[in-house]
Amino acid sequence: MTTGPALARTPSAAGDVALRLYRDMLRIRMVEERIAALYPEQEMRCPVHLCIGQEAVATGVCATLEPRDYAFSGHRSHGHYLAKGGDLKAMMAEIYCKATGCAGGKGGSMHLIDLDAGFLGSTPIVGSTIPIGVGTAFASAMRGEDRVSVVFFGDGAAEAGVFYESLNFAALKKLPVIFVCENNLYSVYSPLAVRQPEGRSIAGIARAVGIDGAEGDGNDAEFVHRASVEAVRKARAGGGPSFLEFSTYRWREHCGPEFDNHIGYRTEQEYLEWKNQCPLERLRQKLLDGGKASRGSLDSMAQQLDVEIEAAVRFAKESPFPEPSDIGMHITAEARR
Amino acid sequence: MTRTLKFFEALREAQDLCMAKDRSVYVAGLGVPDPKGIFGTTLGLKEKYGSQRVLDMPLSENAMTGVATGSALVGMRPIITHQRLDFAILAMEQIVNQAAKWHYMFGGKGRVPLVIRMIIGRGWGQGPQHSQSLQSWFAHVPGLRVVMPTTAHDAKGLLISSIEDDNPVVFLEHRWLYGIADEVPEGLYRVPLGKARVVRPGTDVTLVATSYMMLEALRAAEVLRDSGINAEVIDLRSLRPLDEDTILTSVRKTGRLVVADTGWKLFGASGEIVALVAEKAFRDLKSTPARVALPDLPTPTSPALSDHFYPRSGEIAAAALAMFGRECPRSLFDAPKGRRLDQPDSSFTGPF
Repeated sequence: MTTGPALARTPSAAGDVALRLYRDMLRIRMVEERIAALYPEQEMRCPVHLCIGQEAVATGVCATLEPRDYAFSGHRSHGHYLAKGGDLKAMMAEIYCKATGCAGGKGGSMHLIDLDAGFLGSTPIVGSTIPIGVGTAFASAMRGEDRVSVVFFGDGAAEAGVFYESLNFAALKKLPVIFVCENNLYSVYSPLAVRQPEGRSIAGIARAVGIDGAEGDGNDAEFVHRASVEAVRKARAGGGPSFLEFSTYRWREHCGPEFDNHIGYRTEQEYLEWKNQCPLERLRQKLLDGGKASRGSLDSMAQQLDVEIEAAVRFAKESPFPEPSDIGMHITAEARR
Repeated sequence: MTRTLKFFEALREAQDLCMAKDRSVYVAGLGVPDPKGIFGTTLGLKEKYGSQRVLDMPLSENAMTGVATGSALVGMRPIITHQRLDFAILAMEQIVNQAAKWHYMFGGKGRVPLVIRMIIGRGWGQGPQHSQSLQSWFAHVPGLRVVMPTTAHDAKGLLISSIEDDNPVVFLEHRWLYGIADEVPEGLYRVPLGKARVVRPGTDVTLVATSYMMLEALRAAEVLRDSGINAEVIDLRSLRPLDEDTILTSVRKTGRLVVADTGWKLFGASGEIVALVAEKAFRDLKSTPARVALPDLPTPTSPALSDHFYPRSGEIAAAALAMFGRECPRSLFDAPKGRRLDQPDSSFTGPF
């Protein structure tokens, strides 16, 4: 079995959490590094938005969820999909636009879905999956189901009207939804400073709407995990929504496999400062220092992941493209009854 | 045993029956549980099904469409109501980018059984932002269904079909139809989406009409009969799916086409139907098709102006008469007896 959830989806024993977080982050990092390396072959015929540098948020949050819980994301969604347990082969095949992709090649990198894993979809209009995640939470509440919905989005989403509208309804109805904002300081090349007033946190907007939560270091996977544990507990207890804002940083270009610190919208210095706060390195050091892992065991973990990733790449490359006749399929849903 | 219901009562009954049958059906919209109940179409539902399933909503059209979509993805069957189509424009992002495309862009994973009721209308000073018939916007988008009932019978049957359909359905209700009664069977029945209805069979000219304009087309058919012209009137009922067969079969028989639509003429539904006929039945045409729709300007408020804005049966009859080289009597455009042009009938009083 080379694909499937990063680790067992049942809650880890306390001692395993850090190790699991590290492995999940490493898996996302290695998958995306592989995508970056392969992208110049021009066989992935769709945009890719890599989350390298931001892995801690996806893993920290998703490690607190069950498969029955729902998650949504936006354009930069590989990490969220994988952390939630999305099938790696199906994601790779989707990025290669193949028939075996998770969306049958109709979506590409920006439209990932794995219903079995509870990853209900990512779409690239900024902020637009926020109300949809509130909607699944609304359904869960109406039916009295023990499910939590999580929506991942970036700092730019907080500027969209639908952000406020969605938070307002979630607060009004005390819905079991967790809003996870990855604040990476940039919307494409536009810095936060030209988009939002100085000194106002996004979590502060949520508090003003009536939704508490946490904010802090998004490159500290264990901090993210702790904050999410509390938010999930609150949601399951009927305590309503939470808002988590995590500071983090995208290492590579907004869209594509390269680095873009030289083009003038941010400085190499800033990038290096954030790179120095690499979420993987920080946790790796902690694991080694605390005796939870050895260099040898972590190397072997990477080797195992490499085998899984190579198998997924091979699967994607060898898979067939959709048939031309597929173009007209699924425009509308056929009746099931 | 036949029974008559008004259009608004038929809509209410359709929702009532669907809610009774299926616990996943819920109704949300600004004013849904209020004392007026969306012109009576949701009255009593909250008392019967509770405020969890019959709920008011914040003035957040876009997010609430997303909320409905999200709930639909996991098995609910929401009905969202907008008291004016113009308010739904705030939700275009969720309707067009998300709900309409979800099934396709995820390769068939996930379905959005969602009904979005929107009310259109004319007259009584509705003006630029309370009256727009933008069915062609929605009909332009693959993945949506667009339904426009005219009779109470069809309103009920089409709404039931829409609620039971697994796709997002834009359901357009014309305010001037709300008070019109029709024979409406009891219990659940379905009028299929995408099937037009030949309301009046004829042989000389085909009048294809949407929503309220179907009533104007029927009036025009009476005028034409007096001139010895036997018009066939088709109530389109759905724009998407479009019932090409019924339209083409009729035009192949009559050789003449007038399309009457509640929306604007330029880039509108009427042009689409003329194009369909031009592409697929050109050789059967005996004269140039005509469109009767709104002129190329925003809706004016004053009745002194709107009287010259909304087309009526006179324009439809005149278009058909011209195809036979007949004179068009001025009396065709006289105001109807006993009512002003900005009200559907003399019993109607404002506000809307």
